[in-house]
Amino acid sequence: MEKFREITSVAAPVPASNVDTDRIIPARFLKTIKRTGLGKHLFNDVRYNEDGSERPDFILNKEPYRNAQILVVGENFGCGSSREHAPWALTDFGIRCVIGTTFADIFYNNSFKNGLLLIKLDKEQVAKLMEDARNGHNARITVNLEKQEITRPDGEVIPFEVDPFRKHCLLEGLDDIGLTLKKEKGIGSFEERDRASHPWLYSAAS
Amino acid sequence: MARARTLFDKIWDSHVVETQEDGTCLIYIDRHLVHEVTSPQAFEGLRVAGRKVRRPDATLAVADHNVPTTDRSAGIDDEESRIQVETLEKNCADFGVQYFGMNDVRQGIVHVIGPEQGMTQPGMTIVCGDSHTSTHGAFGALAFGIGTSEVEHVLATQTLIQRPAKNMRITVEGTPPPGVTAKDLILAIIGKIGTAGGTGHVIEYAGQAIRDLSMEGRMTICNMSIEAGARAGLIAPDEKTFEYLKGRPFAPKGAAWEQAVAYWKTLPSDEGAVYDTEVVLNAEEIVPYVTWGTSPEDALPITGFVPDPAQEPDENRREALQRAIDYMGLRGGMPLSEIKVDTVFIGSCTNSRIEDLRAAAEIARGRRVADHVRALVVPGSGLIKHQAEEEGLDRIFTEAGFEWREAGCSMCLAMNADKLRPGERSASTSNRNFEGRQGPGGRTHLVSPAMAAAAAITGHLTDVRELVKG
Repeated sequence: MEKFREITSVAAPVPASNVDTDRIIPARFLKTIKRTGLGKHLFNDVRYNEDGSERPDFILNKEPYRNAQILVVGENFGCGSSREHAPWALTDFGIRCVIGTTFADIFYNNSFKNGLLLIKLDKEQVAKLMEDARNGHNARITVNLEKQEITRPDGEVIPFEVDPFRKHCLLEGLDDIGLTLKKEKGIGSFEERDRASHPWLYSAAS
Repeated sequence: MARARTLFDKIWDSHVVETQEDGTCLIYIDRHLVHEVTSPQAFEGLRVAGRKVRRPDATLAVADHNVPTTDRSAGIDDEESRIQVETLEKNCADFGVQYFGMNDVRQGIVHVIGPEQGMTQPGMTIVCGDSHTSTHGAFGALAFGIGTSEVEHVLATQTLIQRPAKNMRITVEGTPPPGVTAKDLILAIIGKIGTAGGTGHVIEYAGQAIRDLSMEGRMTICNMSIEAGARAGLIAPDEKTFEYLKGRPFAPKGAAWEQAVAYWKTLPSDEGAVYDTEVVLNAEEIVPYVTWGTSPEDALPITGFVPDPAQEPDENRREALQRAIDYMGLRGGMPLSEIKVDTVFIGSCTNSRIEDLRAAAEIARGRRVADHVRALVVPGSGLIKHQAEEEGLDRIFTEAGFEWREAGCSMCLAMNADKLRPGERSASTSNRNFEGRQGPGGRTHLVSPAMAAAAAITGHLTDVRELVKG
């Protein structure tokens, strides 16, 4: 997983509420057996016309947002399907950080597993950053994970919260399966105890 | 005295392998269901790292999202779909995971076959790379959807890194009027609490109306918990739950059964257990529901009207309403029962079980699908299809002009050939009415199986109670 330390980028405003993962990446693009290459289908059905040409009014089809690494989004972003293809499409496009008031639970977990930092802030702060995002070229935002700080174009610093464990994994680019496998002994003894108290959970179909 | 605990607390506590300083837990996963769309990258990850599946005996795989629902004897035409299904088959063979192939009668939608096989049991933790894993909560199992990285984590370690959820209880009191089903109850609940209402929570459903539901109805309720933002729904296990499970292939047998039931009876929430959030509804006030817009929270009684943006004072919400109305091709203020449909889809992990098919067949019996409507019935599993045929439901449907298909996810998410064309409108028993969910440009109205059958017959959204009168 790519490490996340600090990024500075224009942010693209996506103010709609309840942007679901079908919108982020429609189901027909999930027929891949790879994680890569989904960026071109990010927001496919609102980004392209039926003939495949770009819709000029869609935010990521406009300069300077084509190169945005940050999204500022409306509430409940990432709701619906558990498809990890949603964060895969976002990161493949180049997005490294999404800032909003609330995120759907599964999307939130999936994002952190892919080096995509999700930041929850209160409404007023998101509104300020949404305004910055709308200013495009003139507004670059800096996100520093180590310090847990967002710096607005005018220099104002907004602190943010993040779980210590998720932060650690993101800063170091850690594979959490490797970390869990170090606890194999503990898992084994859990299974031993559990097998004694709930034996039916350990016998296959008869 | 010990603290009074909820059903969720009890299941959580008995699965914690380790708690870290910051409150993050490593929890043990009892059963892992796998399908073709969200697993290939996970198996590939195992392969690259030289890891194996820790508990193949606790893992069951099936292809459902991509499979055709027409004749399958010649395989899958669509190359990408075929590769994905073949990849699952190969991964299962390589890693020793049980797999129900496309032509196995036990094949079906992953959330239908888990319970059907008795793999889903009270008190378990169950995961699957699919958000509708919440379905299994109907048995009093803590069941939730995960992403592919977590699928890989469970395959390798049989555990997940999680933080405990908050407890929410939704009590549905009383008895619903005739014609009102589990689907109407859950649409009414989502309409009330909103699509983010359950975020961060596990919802326990309680009350007379929930207790009175069959296991099929309870599955419909828990299935759509994710549409209210909750990762999991739960219903306390009771005699109905045990009766459903007894004798199923993966259910415990003999002395193990007795031991399991004794344990399952300890699971319901303790008297005095505290919930972070409580919601109460009265079932007697609920009527058949439909959705009008592009979010499951856009749910209203069929007797109602499409919202009028002009009446909405908040500017952001007015814009959002207008956008949804435009996408759906409707007029603000029009009666919901005047909305014409082109397609009717009866199926999905929400509503494709035998009880759902019976309810739809009851409406279809002796009637004809309207001329301009294409109507599909897609059973949730090969075994349900077989049972329905034994009961003669297939003939009722085909004589009425419905298409009778093979099992799979089908038009719920349009990954196979079953999809809406741009601008087409469906009455659908599935779970999501998102833009493009049933095909690019498609328009979806969520309804119960009986309401779907009624719409097929009349050609427009219809209060099913009008068809069962006298």
